[in-house]
Amino acid sequence: MRIKTISRSVDEFTRERSQDLQRVFHNFDPSLRPMEKAVEYQRALTAAKLEKIFARPFVGAMDGHRDGISCMAKNPNYLKGIFSASMDGDIRLWDIATRRTVCQFPGHLGAVRGLTVSTDGNVLVSCGTDCNVRLWSVPRPSLEDSDLSSEKSTEPSAVYTCKNALLAVDHQFEGDLFATAGAQLDIWNHNRSQPVQSFTSGSHSVISVRFNPGEPDILATSSGDNHISIYDIRMSSAARKILMRTKTNSIAWNPMEPMNFTAANEDGNCYSFDGRKNEEAKCVHKDHVSAVMDIDFSPTGREFVTGSYDRSVRIFPYNGGHSREIYHTKRMQRVFCVKYSSDATYVISGSDDTNLRLWKAKASEQLGVILPREQKKHEYNEAVKNRYKHLPEIKRIVRHRHLPKPIYKAKAESRAMNDAKRRKDDRRKAHSAPGTVVTESHRTRRIIKEVE
Amino acid sequence: MEVALEDNNLMEKVLPPDEQEIDVELEAKEKKYLRGEGANLESLKDKKLKTQLASREKLYGKSAKAAAKIEKWLLPASAGYLETEGLEKTWRIKQTDIAKEVDLLSSKNQYDIVLPDFGPYKLDFTASGRHMLAGGRKGHLALVDMMNMNLIKEIHVRETVRDVAFLHNDQFFAAAQKKYSYIYARDGTELHCLKERGPVARLRFLKNHFLLASINKIGQLHYQDVTYGDMVASIRTGKGRTDVMEVNPYNGVVALGHSGGTVTMWKPTSQAPLVQMQCHPGPVSAVAFHPNGHLMATSGKERKVKIWDLRKFEEVQPIHGFHAKTLSFSQKGLLAAGTGSFVQVLGDSSGGGGGYSRYMSHSMVKGYQVEKVMFRPYEDVLGIGHSMGWSSVLIPGSGEPNFDSWVANPFETSKQRREKEVHLLLDKLPPETIMLDPSKIGAMRPSRRKERPTRGEIEVEKEVAIEAAKSVEMKKKTKGRNKPSKRTKKKKELVENAKKTFPELEHSNIAGKKRRIGEDAAAELPASLKRFARKN
Repeated sequence: MRIKTISRSVDEFTRERSQDLQRVFHNFDPSLRPMEKAVEYQRALTAAKLEKIFARPFVGAMDGHRDGISCMAKNPNYLKGIFSASMDGDIRLWDIATRRTVCQFPGHLGAVRGLTVSTDGNVLVSCGTDCNVRLWSVPRPSLEDSDLSSEKSTEPSAVYTCKNALLAVDHQFEGDLFATAGAQLDIWNHNRSQPVQSFTSGSHSVISVRFNPGEPDILATSSGDNHISIYDIRMSSAARKILMRTKTNSIAWNPMEPMNFTAANEDGNCYSFDGRKNEEAKCVHKDHVSAVMDIDFSPTGREFVTGSYDRSVRIFPYNGGHSREIYHTKRMQRVFCVKYSSDATYVISGSDDTNLRLWKAKASEQLGVILPREQKKHEYNEAVKNRYKHLPEIKRIVRHRHLPKPIYKAKAESRAMNDAKRRKDDRRKAHSAPGTVVTESHRTRRIIKEVE
Repeated sequence: MEVALEDNNLMEKVLPPDEQEIDVELEAKEKKYLRGEGANLESLKDKKLKTQLASREKLYGKSAKAAAKIEKWLLPASAGYLETEGLEKTWRIKQTDIAKEVDLLSSKNQYDIVLPDFGPYKLDFTASGRHMLAGGRKGHLALVDMMNMNLIKEIHVRETVRDVAFLHNDQFFAAAQKKYSYIYARDGTELHCLKERGPVARLRFLKNHFLLASINKIGQLHYQDVTYGDMVASIRTGKGRTDVMEVNPYNGVVALGHSGGTVTMWKPTSQAPLVQMQCHPGPVSAVAFHPNGHLMATSGKERKVKIWDLRKFEEVQPIHGFHAKTLSFSQKGLLAAGTGSFVQVLGDSSGGGGGYSRYMSHSMVKGYQVEKVMFRPYEDVLGIGHSMGWSSVLIPGSGEPNFDSWVANPFETSKQRREKEVHLLLDKLPPETIMLDPSKIGAMRPSRRKERPTRGEIEVEKEVAIEAAKSVEMKKKTKGRNKPSKRTKKKKELVENAKKTFPELEHSNIAGKKRRIGEDAAAELPASLKRFARKN
């Protein structure tokens, strides 16, 4: 007879020296794991609860400005720094890690309306209501600068004057042109004191301007008469124009899909468009109750952050209709500008109460160095929570956010109004001849027409 | 050139025969890891969701393939076997013959411990098979480390001990003693006295739920959560005294065997049994569950052991010839049955459970009455508790050769044990999750499509019933009882009764409320009014 029995020698299954890792053996057979679905559900529930326990998104506030913050710019080459400008003309460079001002750029007499940095990080361009465009050279951060007792201030390297107040500025990604928006759209070169090119369109001022990260010659602007225009600076007039019902406060291009852009509109919604096809929005992102003032994409291109007049900052997925996260504080007043940090970890908001606030992009993220086993556990928790996030118990925990009372009430009111409208539309449709009453989709509802 | 290319293509399609065999084998294993069939995505209309789900299904397929390959190539150990040559039969092979052929480490697992003074012994193993708890009827409790054959702790409680059970690891164990049950720590300290349960006949621990289940002499079933001590349920079974209780490891339901031959299955959240099966004409003497949850073995006093399929609640196979006092399934599906001083092990020749036949047997010294048989997890060993102590015999092919360190690790250090305890507590399932089919958690509820007959159909049925009532032949009465008025009255009564069996229509007519036009009525509306039908 032939016989074999299981015999395990201790040496094979335990470690040799005490400095070795313990040996781990795997057998993925499902029969060894009874009730695995119930255990997984329990883990998803625990993961959802833990995520809420560890959700502390507010990192800190940067205090120093003496008036409300009007705009911010992030330096593409230097992760730790951010520029901010306020309504009294004060421009500062902050060090995010220590949350202190590194350098000040005094000089503007009125509100600074636009800030931008060139792609190599050397030149800071600012424009304001005092009709000036100022170019500053950004001081190089070095080891000695970590002694922050000295708050340096620098002189502008160039000052150019215009006829009208300027409302926005943006720098080209791969060149040395920058565009300012005011009474008209101007394209400037660093070295010329007059704009290289000008685009006029109607009588209304241009409110915001943004260069395309993929194509260096394309930019999108929004104007006060509710238009969004896409210009190619090699051509003499607008390439595309969309007329909407309300004005767009800010535009951001998706860095990973440069043909798509998202417009932050005055009616509280953000509209994502495909730049090539403008008849309808790709997606409507609805969650703010008041005008959306600023929008910025994450460098991953998968999310964007918006700041709104209703005192909240929201983070939306790029293709989803509702926000994933809302940040608010009692002390944070109207949010005028937001930026997503270049490592996709932080969100910075500048608001009317003279503070810049630093938030985590993922509220329950553990910052700092994470061991690989910890990282795996976080990923597992995320995956198991996503698998069961549709079940009622877990959905309730994952979705729960505390809203400030004015926003909560405004949302309830708008929900009631929308329900009533929808009911009436349904009845109107049912009582009229089929085909005469057509419901407009949300994606086209707010667009009046596309003008070529 | 073209001819050569065609040849190449042909060659790629035909694999050499060994690889074909391996492919077939891997496909069979893959099925196990797929855990059921994929979802039907054809009926989805949402394109985004469809693509997302399709990519996920592909991922599942890939992971099942990878797991099948790991099982084939990377697992460290292979299962034991016993193969005979020629006219030899496996059930005639004695333990002494095996001892000569097997290596030293395995032969250490064959022994007899003789303790004649302390009565028949009941056994329990921890989940990893490393520790064993032996409880003698006359009050002897012994905790043994099986790897080194170390006696960790021995207590004499000096009263009857009817059953013993480990809690979640070897640090705690419970003993059902004369009047109450007690929970002890590893070093023998008595931690808790469980008075509420009364005199307990059987104790079992549900690992995933941390519930200690017991059946007492009055026939009450108690479930207690040992993490915070709450009595989760105490159920009066109403079937009288029984001491046959087993836990189904697949779904956590407790099965009781009663003296009327019924086996009932219970869960802590309901006062009525989930299932009642009439298994034997006489009292049920033992119940055992296969680890995959589909098979149950019961034995009755009429000298039959029956194998049941729990998905259909049907008998799969009867085994004649002996009445087993105790039954136990191994991890690989072997069934051990003990009667008197004889233990027989049956093996399944077909995969599904219908082919149980004699595999091995072991007869002990006459006079040793077998009290309990239990297979040791992850080892090819069968532990037998009998009236003179306990023994251990080798049954090749009964244990799972490859353990998973995260599930049960026989080589656990104390640090690993402590961490595992914390993880077990975090994954503790609430008692509501005990159900007959545990895979229902997370599954979709079937959409409620009420099978109500439409109004038209009900009316048609009503007409038919009225016609039938009208056409009943009335018996012609004599002796002056055949008055026409009475005949018509009787006929009217019959028709009224026929109408009464359709109460829905009656009530709706009586109430006279304006009903919203429902789905069923939508079919009958004229085309111009169809848009006012209620949208579901």
